[in-house]
Amino acid sequence: MNDIPKAETVRGKDRYKSGVMEYKKMGYWEPDYQPKDTDIIALFRVTPQTGVDPVEAAAAVAGESSTATWTVVWTDRLTATEKYRGKCYRVDPVPNAPGCYFAYVAYDLDLFEPGSIANISASIIGNVFGFKPLKALRLEDMRLPVAYVKTFQGPATGIVVERERLDKFGRPLLGATVKPKLGLSGRNYGRVVYEALKGGLDFTKDDENINSQPFMHWRERFLYCMEAVNKAQAAAGEIKGSYLNVTAATMEDMYERAEFARELGSIIIMIDLVIGYTAIQSMAKWARRNDMILHLHRAGHSTYTRQKSHGVSFRVIAKWMRLAGVDHIHAGTAIGKLEGDPATVRGYYDICREDFVPRNLEHGLFFDQHWTSLNKLMPVASGGIHVGQMHQLLDMFGDDVVLQFGGGTIGHPAGVAQGATANRVALEALVLARNEGRDILSEGPQILAAAAKHCPPLRQALEVWKDVSFDYASTDAPDFVSTPNVA
Amino acid sequence: MRITQGAFSFLPDLSDAQIASQVQYALRKGWAINIEYTDDPHPRNVYWEMWGMPMFDLDDPKDVVHELNECRKAHGERYIRLSAFDCSHGWESVRLSFIVNRPKTEPGFRLERQEGVGRNQRYATKSYAVDNPEGSRYR
Repeated sequence: MNDIPKAETVRGKDRYKSGVMEYKKMGYWEPDYQPKDTDIIALFRVTPQTGVDPVEAAAAVAGESSTATWTVVWTDRLTATEKYRGKCYRVDPVPNAPGCYFAYVAYDLDLFEPGSIANISASIIGNVFGFKPLKALRLEDMRLPVAYVKTFQGPATGIVVERERLDKFGRPLLGATVKPKLGLSGRNYGRVVYEALKGGLDFTKDDENINSQPFMHWRERFLYCMEAVNKAQAAAGEIKGSYLNVTAATMEDMYERAEFARELGSIIIMIDLVIGYTAIQSMAKWARRNDMILHLHRAGHSTYTRQKSHGVSFRVIAKWMRLAGVDHIHAGTAIGKLEGDPATVRGYYDICREDFVPRNLEHGLFFDQHWTSLNKLMPVASGGIHVGQMHQLLDMFGDDVVLQFGGGTIGHPAGVAQGATANRVALEALVLARNEGRDILSEGPQILAAAAKHCPPLRQALEVWKDVSFDYASTDAPDFVSTPNVA
Repeated sequence: MRITQGAFSFLPDLSDAQIASQVQYALRKGWAINIEYTDDPHPRNVYWEMWGMPMFDLDDPKDVVHELNECRKAHGERYIRLSAFDCSHGWESVRLSFIVNRPKTEPGFRLERQEGVGRNQRYATKSYAVDNPEGSRYR
């Protein structure tokens, strides 16, 4: 803020007089505090209720996400209380959003259990999100210190080892989600997997809500999928995989399904974000022990990531998931059918793939983040994309991404295998052209048209989907102005 | 059949000029080119034979194409691939790999099955070519 409110911390015995005291007076507003290298820093977007002082609101967030309760307690004096207090050290008005403030809160590392996402989330997004003096609250970003990052396993496999296992280098991987997402029998489901893989995809995928339903129990799906994978692999002479979703009601069920997938020779399994952080970490450890690639479908995230005023930004979820240890994460397409402002999505991709991610407000990244050689996490672009956008996808995301065309493979007029071939030919033609130094963003349509000359399925695909785009305003673009005020 | 390993197997076979421009791309990135060949193209056969050492100090794509043609003279009836290796921290792995030579006919693979307990099957992918000894598989 332009005039930074001074610290008002009450010290000595007055601080512990029974009764209620403003949070900013209890030591949760410390504008002179210099965060330590080992501190965890959280950036919140705070919307105080009308009439509530923004600094008091921000101090309350720091308090309620660390040591405070609503009243003074004498038992604080049994602890090194100043160390354990979350300290709000900076409050800025959000550019172009009256009534909203960015509050920076630093937490001592000792507040957190090593290697536990459940623990950090219970602190940082626990009770505080229901706190009445706030209209809304959003966790925008976190700075995770090296000392904390190093307590996590990280991605079970990682991009480098995944590519080595698959023997696929120098191009994005291609996938498709089997459609319709519900209702196919195991035998029919496997047909789609076989056709798509034989046609040229690297992966097929169960959808998030394919578990074990009356129309197809999980063992049926696994058996038919692996028949399809092996047949396609022999037909192509190339490694293939199908993400077998092991999401289930209990850990015991999930382990049983994962073990069956391993027994059948699957190289990859899949879980949904809704199974919870602890279950995700358990499956990541299982995947590391069993040489299995672990795909995460971010089912449910939009309930709390999409609106700017309240919830948790997906960039925080992406950071947590890289710590937790999944190998694939859906991180947006920017141009497809699902929410995703292009600049914001680039920020997610950097979080997944880079070893050091510098602060970049334009991409919604508020802090430098070191990953200290934690494995890289493969982002997945999925949802309403098609072959006519291949040049944009390749230009935006580069090689280390799984591009998933579900409808854009299975909906091909000549069949599933032809849809897969169209996508693979388009991708290879564009990678070749890019490497030759051509500007694929502007020349993309011509490059695709030229490739289509020797590939009729590509010609048909370009024709069918030529006019499809999803042009809507994004609900979650970064708020920043490039002035010293916030930068 | 046509084995679809590598980055460009769905495109028509690359000309030497096209290969040279991919090499140029890799060299610009600081990657070292390696030429490998095999007559056992099983998808899990990682270690193809090396045609000499990776060309760490080479900076002209023409030299790579020359080496490739030398390799073709010796092993033209086998699969040959070019790979580009990135030694930078965090990668230390292959960054691009594509097939640049194929046998005249590619017999492909047989899927062998062994019926197991329940409906479980053990699968094995077998190259038809490897029924002959190494060196006499694609004549």
